[in-house]
Amino acid sequence: MSFISTEPLSPEARRARRPGPGTRGRTLARLAGRLAGRGWIGWLLPVALLLLWELLSATGGIRANVLPAPSAILAAFWRLLLSGDLAGHVAASTQRALLGFAIGGAIGFSLGLVNGLSRLARDVTDTTLQMVRNVPHLALIPLVILWFGIGEEAKIFLVALGVFFPIYVNTLLGVQGVDPQLVEMGRIYGMRRATLYRRVVLPGALPAIFTGLRYALGIMWLTLIVAETISASEGLGYMAMQAREFLQIDVVVLSILIYALLGKLADSLARLLERRTLQWHPSFRGKD
Amino acid sequence: MPLDGSPAAFTFERVERRFGEKQVLRGLDLSLEDGRFLAIIGRSGCGKSTLLRLLAGLDAPDGGRITRSAAATGPAGTRIMFQEPRLLPWASIAGNVEVGLTGLADRAEARRRAHDILAGVGLEGRGAEWPAVLSGGQRQRVALARALIGAPRILALDEPLGALDALTRIGMQRLLERVWAEKGFTAVLVTHDVAEAVILADRVILLDEGRIARDIAVDLPRPRHHGSPEVAALEQQILQDLLHGDA
Repeated sequence: MSFISTEPLSPEARRARRPGPGTRGRTLARLAGRLAGRGWIGWLLPVALLLLWELLSATGGIRANVLPAPSAILAAFWRLLLSGDLAGHVAASTQRALLGFAIGGAIGFSLGLVNGLSRLARDVTDTTLQMVRNVPHLALIPLVILWFGIGEEAKIFLVALGVFFPIYVNTLLGVQGVDPQLVEMGRIYGMRRATLYRRVVLPGALPAIFTGLRYALGIMWLTLIVAETISASEGLGYMAMQAREFLQIDVVVLSILIYALLGKLADSLARLLERRTLQWHPSFRGKD
Repeated sequence: MPLDGSPAAFTFERVERRFGEKQVLRGLDLSLEDGRFLAIIGRSGCGKSTLLRLLAGLDAPDGGRITRSAAATGPAGTRIMFQEPRLLPWASIAGNVEVGLTGLADRAEARRRAHDILAGVGLEGRGAEWPAVLSGGQRQRVALARALIGAPRILALDEPLGALDALTRIGMQRLLERVWAEKGFTAVLVTHDVAEAVILADRVILLDEGRIARDIAVDLPRPRHHGSPEVAALEQQILQDLLHGDA
């Protein structure tokens, strides 16, 4: 459901990759490990599947009105790219996604921070938030349409709501999980409140915040797909629904693939940011 | 009650501290001359860590009075070092040492002094690395550098070597004695290790149920060595006192 990558991050997994003393089996494992380290071995299987798919389409194994050939989808991609439609739809979707993410993420992060630091704030708001969290945000679609109509606000609201909780919960967990001994150390050495947060609390909470960020990115795309499919006049979901009306199955498949690519892109960016900022962390050291 | 009339680094007068029902310190009187090395030993729960936290100003007494010399008051006058190094894993080694100058020096000055003090604890040129690459003993060296960089007059040590292996421990004891001799601060060391107390301290006090049960001056010439007959004899005597308290 989300776009969290399953690539290993744990130190154990990294240790397993490290070359050991060599029997032949280990040498092979080392070679495979090195390829995996460069990331492209993971692409072998999808490429093979794609070739098989093309082959089956060409020989009539898969009928074009069920699933068009990859080449046909590529052709649709090219057509829409040249006409400028694709860029317009992608831009509209991305803008919604980012705006909703910025709003929901900012509120979630601030509330997580405040509730992590203040017992009073936590006692007052956390129970309510946990209750609201258990309402599936997509179940609110009819209500949201009544409130906002089918304009941009409805979609941005849904994305913001979906993004809010993973960011809130993980920021709260991260702040609460900061080693109290380090906080005491900071106080002993005379750090003022702002310095203490900047140098001790925030960096300590950062790994958890990144986990929340990556979850939130997955939910962001998911929410947008559903919201755009129901009501929109531009965007990738609209493009897919429009294509369904005219039985352009190649465009339907194309829009699904573009969603997947955008999701992967967002996750990769988050991981890059994670590795940059968590260089001190033993799980991330030496990866760049 | 300084013995030879030199100024006291700190004085405890009838200090009381309770945690709920439990009376941890009962009217404790203690005074130490400036520049001396005091070791506090006693069984678990005898109040030695409480005493140290009071000295470092991390806790306030329920009764009595604690006074420090003028030089030892103020933000950097007294520093404490714990059993855990408590380094920030996300700050470089030099960055961690510079924490010791929070509010005391600007960045460039802090950087320069961190470089110097790291050399003093045997970690020259390691300032740019992450703490995660260091061994337990090296991490305590960084913590020591952080405590010392602000030039405190009193250094409170709460079993800082307790988690180290025997060899590393001896190395750290030598380092501690050397920097103490160089910088001339007052050191107060809480330890479980009687041999460590005898090797390092000018004076050893035995704490029992919130009071000083024994107060022993250690006049052996420095440097003292583990296993030398005088050290062993004194260690034996203190251990005996500790066990007698048990009976």
